[in-house]
Amino acid sequence: MTDSERVSLEDVRRVAELSSLELTTAEEPHMRRDLNAILDYVAQLNELDTSQVEPMAQVAEVLAASQEEINVLRPDSVVPCLDRAQVMVSAPETDGVFFKVPKVIER
Amino acid sequence: MTVSASAVHTEKSIGQIRSALTSGEAKAGDIVRNTLARIEAEDARIHAFLSVNPDYTLAQAQRIDDLAASGASLPPLAGVPIGIKDVLTLEGFPATAGSKILEGYRPPYTATAVRRLADAGAVFVGKINCDEFAMGSSNENSAYGPVRNPHDLDRVPGGSSGGSAAAVAAGMATATLGTDTGGSIRQPASFCGVVGVLPTYGRVSRYGLIAFASSLDRVGPFAATVRDAAAVLGVIAGHDPLDATSSPLPVPDYAAALDATTGVAGLRLGVPSEYFAEGLDPEVRAAIDSGIEQLRAAGAEIKPISLPHTRYAVPTYYVIATAEASANLARFDGVRYGLRAPESNTLSAMYRKTRDLGFGAEVKRRILLGTYVLSAGYYDAYYRKAQQVRRLLTDDFLAAFREVDAIITPVAPTPAFRLGEKTDDPVSMYLADIYTVTASLAGICGISVPCGKSKTGLPIGMQILGKHFDESTLFRVAQIVEGFQG
Repeated sequence: MTDSERVSLEDVRRVAELSSLELTTAEEPHMRRDLNAILDYVAQLNELDTSQVEPMAQVAEVLAASQEEINVLRPDSVVPCLDRAQVMVSAPETDGVFFKVPKVIER
Repeated sequence: MTVSASAVHTEKSIGQIRSALTSGEAKAGDIVRNTLARIEAEDARIHAFLSVNPDYTLAQAQRIDDLAASGASLPPLAGVPIGIKDVLTLEGFPATAGSKILEGYRPPYTATAVRRLADAGAVFVGKINCDEFAMGSSNENSAYGPVRNPHDLDRVPGGSSGGSAAAVAAGMATATLGTDTGGSIRQPASFCGVVGVLPTYGRVSRYGLIAFASSLDRVGPFAATVRDAAAVLGVIAGHDPLDATSSPLPVPDYAAALDATTGVAGLRLGVPSEYFAEGLDPEVRAAIDSGIEQLRAAGAEIKPISLPHTRYAVPTYYVIATAEASANLARFDGVRYGLRAPESNTLSAMYRKTRDLGFGAEVKRRILLGTYVLSAGYYDAYYRKAQQVRRLLTDDFLAAFREVDAIITPVAPTPAFRLGEKTDDPVSMYLADIYTVTASLAGICGISVPCGKSKTGLPIGMQILGKHFDESTLFRVAQIVEGFQG
């Protein structure tokens, strides 16, 4: 794959939609150029044969002596949480009980 | 408000502050008034602070002075002026994460690391500037404007915790908290000539840290000296029920161990050839080489080692970190806190407009890249592949640590670069992290300690990397390196 082929403008628009990002028509070619440059650089990982290597999501997988140390569970007990009024004070729009948002169903 | 400086204040280190308060020579109020005055005088040109709240700060100091007056014993960080990177929450202060999308947000809770500092008597002087959502290597991605390097105002302080490093370097805090996902504590420490610690993953709770990449994010201290950094880490480290990835392992008294240290005689220190290859600035190389020779003279055994997958670390990091970021940053949608774009007819339009308005270019770039590598058809080729290489990189370190007690490398390929020098080229900016992302991926601990200066007076840091949960060895080696500096 060459620089220009890896990510198309169509790919940029599709990924922007998946990310809920709105790019201007001026931003799209810039992002395309940058993503291609980064992914061309990332392509060097293909030099490595990893067919026999287990993926590593986080370091506990390497350090833990047992599954119990990887999947830590806490007791399922009721504890106080943040006061609703303290949380709602940060909301852009609220009736004090719920977060208010624009119309959800589009047609 | 204007804060007048007290002429008597000369206390700089945590130990000096403690003995001055204990003997009654100084009051915590005078010490922090001095620090606030210094912020007011210096920060117009450096721009390390995003918010200060002198009333809050002076009230904290007053509580320490009341405690001292009552004759009670003082907690370990009593009266120590500390600044907090703005990705960590502190109730009563904003938490912008350097982003417009969190402008005006007042978190209703305090991060565990910050809470522990408060419980230890620290006095908070303000919240500190950083790259937006800790994404950057130069602090130029802050939505509130860049931080400048106190050693040369035309140069960057490093990133993403550039403000935390610059604040300590300019005497605007005795210590600060930063965060490090791919080098964001160690690289700015090197650029600003201060000590910065990357604790082992799980050593310090991430509760109250606005997440960038959860499997990589760490909270750690900056200070002017190794001993002060060790003292702060000892306070913030330890298990936290609010962070399931925090470790239950006991926390040693790092500072006390340092006082009892016997130097580096007999320690085996590895020098990996891959970190001294093409691209390393000759002045940085000379400083690290000379530091290594001094460690050898102090009795350490220097062993050449190999970490063969090093060159794959930056691409691995930028796949994993952006993938995790794309998921973590989905929460910024204009519903519960922060910015909401006005005048949207539908929910999905509101999401898009809010995120377009609130996020800067680098954050958008990383969200797009992270979404791309996780999307159907690309997951195996990019994300799974990077996770496999992450294991190879970690295995490199585990093998090396069977032969050596710690590893010595440069922190960054160059001293601080100029503002604007790398902003047009993301790959070139990402390569500033070439020596730091390896430890991030492997979860091991590291420290950046000043190790010399360039001919033009720019600081150069040495990176010391240690085994998982062996921060004590890092402090021991770093204190020897520090002792060689004039």
